[in-house]
Amino acid sequence: MRRLRTIGAFLYDFVIGDDWTVAAAVAIGLAITYAVSHTTVPVWWMVPAGVLVVLPLSLWRVIRRSGRA
Amino acid sequence: MSSGLFIAVFLACAVEAVEATTIVLAAGTARDWRSALYGLGGGLVVLAAVTAALGPAITAIPLRYLRLVVGGLLLVFGLQWLRKAVLRASGHKALHDEAALYAEEVAEARRAATRQVGVVPDWYAFVLSFKGVVLEGLEVVFIAVTFGSNVHDVPLAAVAAVSAVVVVAVAGILIRAPLARVPENTMKWVVGIMLTSFGTFWGAEGAGARWPGSDAALLVLVPFYALVSLALVAALRPAGRPAASAVTSGS
Repeated sequence: MRRLRTIGAFLYDFVIGDDWTVAAAVAIGLAITYAVSHTTVPVWWMVPAGVLVVLPLSLWRVIRRSGRA
Repeated sequence: MSSGLFIAVFLACAVEAVEATTIVLAAGTARDWRSALYGLGGGLVVLAAVTAALGPAITAIPLRYLRLVVGGLLLVFGLQWLRKAVLRASGHKALHDEAALYAEEVAEARRAATRQVGVVPDWYAFVLSFKGVVLEGLEVVFIAVTFGSNVHDVPLAAVAAVSAVVVVAVAGILIRAPLARVPENTMKWVVGIMLTSFGTFWGAEGAGARWPGSDAALLVLVPFYALVSLALVAALRPAGRPAASAVTSGS
């Protein structure tokens, strides 16, 4: 059981990293892109636009946390 | 696309290889070289087995879904690397210092007790070296296999990965000291940009996007993310602080 938990923790750290919201935002962004791609709207700009929002937000969260510590 | 693939895989592998080399050197110098080298060999065997299992499994996935999943994962990795690079360059996170990490590893290794297990004279040195190689190598294996599969050129990705590891390993053996002069922070920033760009490109394509200019869109994405990260460094740098170095110079 302990070994399974260690493997799970390793996989979480490997895939998700230290900010789960980035991984969640990427998954949501790609899902929205997929959904909109079935319409006539061009969707190539959606992921870069998402990065423009997610990266500063993630940085802001880290800096705010370190400011509190 | 091929040169971009080669550069991205080479740099990612070189960065991780520098970190693994530091750990193996610390295990060998502070403890026992034979055990550290056994650990290195064992780690490389595990990585080869993972590559052999992961490669065929990944290439069996239909390209569109492969690009969606792999693009998403590369984007997550890339954003993590980029975020750390921006934090380092803007002074909110300490620069990665291979010499300091080496000193820490050596000090910790010297404190542990010696225990022989089978043919391994020093189990601590073996485990330290083995874990370092496997943990630092897994991300490299993933990047090399997925980049290679996505452009149907696994051999080129493999050549890039092996060349990086050989170059770093030879340098490490020659100087027998941590590779502190490698501009690791700058390399991590470049890798973050490359992973984010390729992740964006493949992820969006897998989700149904059609990029204007097809592959040429990568030539826009790479400088776009470079400029975004530089703008973030400038915006986050506390007033009065001189230009930080993670993006502009080595560690």
